[in-house]
Amino acid sequence: MTRGSAALELAHVTLRLGDGDAQVTALDDVTLDVTPGELVAVLGPSGSGKSSLLAVAGGLTRPDEGSVRVGGVDLATASRRELARYRREQVGFVFQSGNLIPALTAVDQLRFALRIAGRRADAAHTPELLLERVGMSARAGHRPHQLSGGERQRVGIARALVTRPSVLLVDEPTAALDRARSREIVALLAQETHEFGVATVMVTHDHDVIGACDRVLEMVDGKLGQVHAHS
Amino acid sequence: MFLGARELLFARGHFSLMGAVVALIALLVVLLSGLSTGLVNDGVSGLQRLPVTAFAFDDDTKTDSAFSRSVVSFDQVADWADQPGVAEAAPFGNALVNGSATGGDGRTVPVDLALFGVPAGSFLAPEPVEGNRLDDGDPAGIVISGTLADQGVRIGDTVVLDRIGTELTVVGTLAEQHTYGHVDVAYVPLATWQEVHAGAGPGDPLREEARSEATAVALLAEDGAQLDPAAGDDAAGTRTLTLEESFGASPGYTAETSTLNLIEGFLYVISALVIGAFFTVWTINRRHELAVIRAMGGTAGYLVRDTVAQAAVVLVLATAVGVLAGLGLGALLAGSSMPFALEAAPVATAAALLVLLGLLGAAAAAVRIARIDPLTALGGQR
Repeated sequence: MTRGSAALELAHVTLRLGDGDAQVTALDDVTLDVTPGELVAVLGPSGSGKSSLLAVAGGLTRPDEGSVRVGGVDLATASRRELARYRREQVGFVFQSGNLIPALTAVDQLRFALRIAGRRADAAHTPELLLERVGMSARAGHRPHQLSGGERQRVGIARALVTRPSVLLVDEPTAALDRARSREIVALLAQETHEFGVATVMVTHDHDVIGACDRVLEMVDGKLGQVHAHS
Repeated sequence: MFLGARELLFARGHFSLMGAVVALIALLVVLLSGLSTGLVNDGVSGLQRLPVTAFAFDDDTKTDSAFSRSVVSFDQVADWADQPGVAEAAPFGNALVNGSATGGDGRTVPVDLALFGVPAGSFLAPEPVEGNRLDDGDPAGIVISGTLADQGVRIGDTVVLDRIGTELTVVGTLAEQHTYGHVDVAYVPLATWQEVHAGAGPGDPLREEARSEATAVALLAEDGAQLDPAAGDDAAGTRTLTLEESFGASPGYTAETSTLNLIEGFLYVISALVIGAFFTVWTINRRHELAVIRAMGGTAGYLVRDTVAQAAVVLVLATAVGVLAGLGLGALLAGSSMPFALEAAPVATAAALLVLLGLLGAAAAAVRIARIDPLTALGGQR
């Protein structure tokens, strides 16, 4: 694994939610650099701002202060159209429980992601090959309701990677899994992060899975804190 | 339509249910269209088949009673004949009568007739498919509608009119339906019509003016020319209605057609609302899934197009099923006593309207997609 300059750079990002007396600071002067091929875990309790961090890094919302740079482009000043394009072309999301589309089979989940991104799979990363990489080729024709929680997450990871993103954002991937499945999924994430050279940020409240991560950060009340180095 | 096509298969129960509703509406629209066309045919097919551009009625006549109350003179016919652009002008008589037709074999058929009095040698005289044309030398000879012939009245039968006892003889039959006010048309020489209209039976005296009277002046414009109703009406002291406008003078025509049009219109609105409501619920049920797709970079435009294409597939298939069922059922009804006739143009128009308005309903519902916040894919913070 080689690490170059940061693929994802958050500098002094502040995000406020709500108005007036109900306003809360979800992200408070957050600075974070993630390099290609690095898996960064962000730990924290519910309401600490972990999902807000993903929302800002994924171009789902713009910060009130600070900058979010991906490939030299500042998302903080991008238009909605530019943000959607950024999400299509640069970001892969892995959601809680996979969040797969009920009507699509596993292989169609990947084909649909390619279609949205307006891309064709290269020969080495076809939907079929990616499903094989995550151990799901035998279940390629199954729909989400026919898959277990771990299988759904594997398909979700393959779906996020099929468009060859530079940034992978992972939201509580083990929330609905038992301990053994959780470790498998995070190990898979780490493996694919290194293989694909993608900058991965995974938010989780599950301390059991951080062993596979390159860096672990802690978020408390919107601030990124203590850093643990694992690699 | 990558997603839409797969959703159609995945949620086939939902879409079949909605398709069934659309198909039933399409079936109802086809039946109403057939009923509407049938009623129009029953009401005014006799007028529609006249080679007439317009009718000039007495100046004081109202539209809804024009054929029953108007009386024009031959002088007015002559005035109209002198107008520029008029190829033909002839007196036209219209009267509703009752009677019975008796055949040589002793069979008697009660008949209600719309007597169209026309000069036998004029452009108004019909061309029978069987038998002879009207002949002024045979004042009792009549040419009857094909639908009356279908009821068992034949050439050579004698039709005796109630009350006045006038005897008419069927000399010819027409190929098609010629009806007026839901009554079969019988063409009769104008002189005979004048006697019947005046209530004069055999041997009864007829006032002199009646011999130069008719209901209206039937006008035929020259090829490529247009009538000038204002100038003609000024000259002749008449009130001119185009052939289509004169349909309103057929008994019950306006009330029947407007009622059916209103019901048909409501069905279109109901269809659009049903489709709109279905896709609204469908969109609401999928809002988290749509948020995920938008978070993945899917644009609202892409999702709206996918949804509308999905609706188009359902609408076209369901409408086709409904129309085919309507045509099948209509074929059975067309042979019954119900005034029912299916024509390609109104059915095609109704089907197209149903699909178009359904698509509008679906598009209105799909607008919700644009309002879905992709942030909610993460659980929705802002």
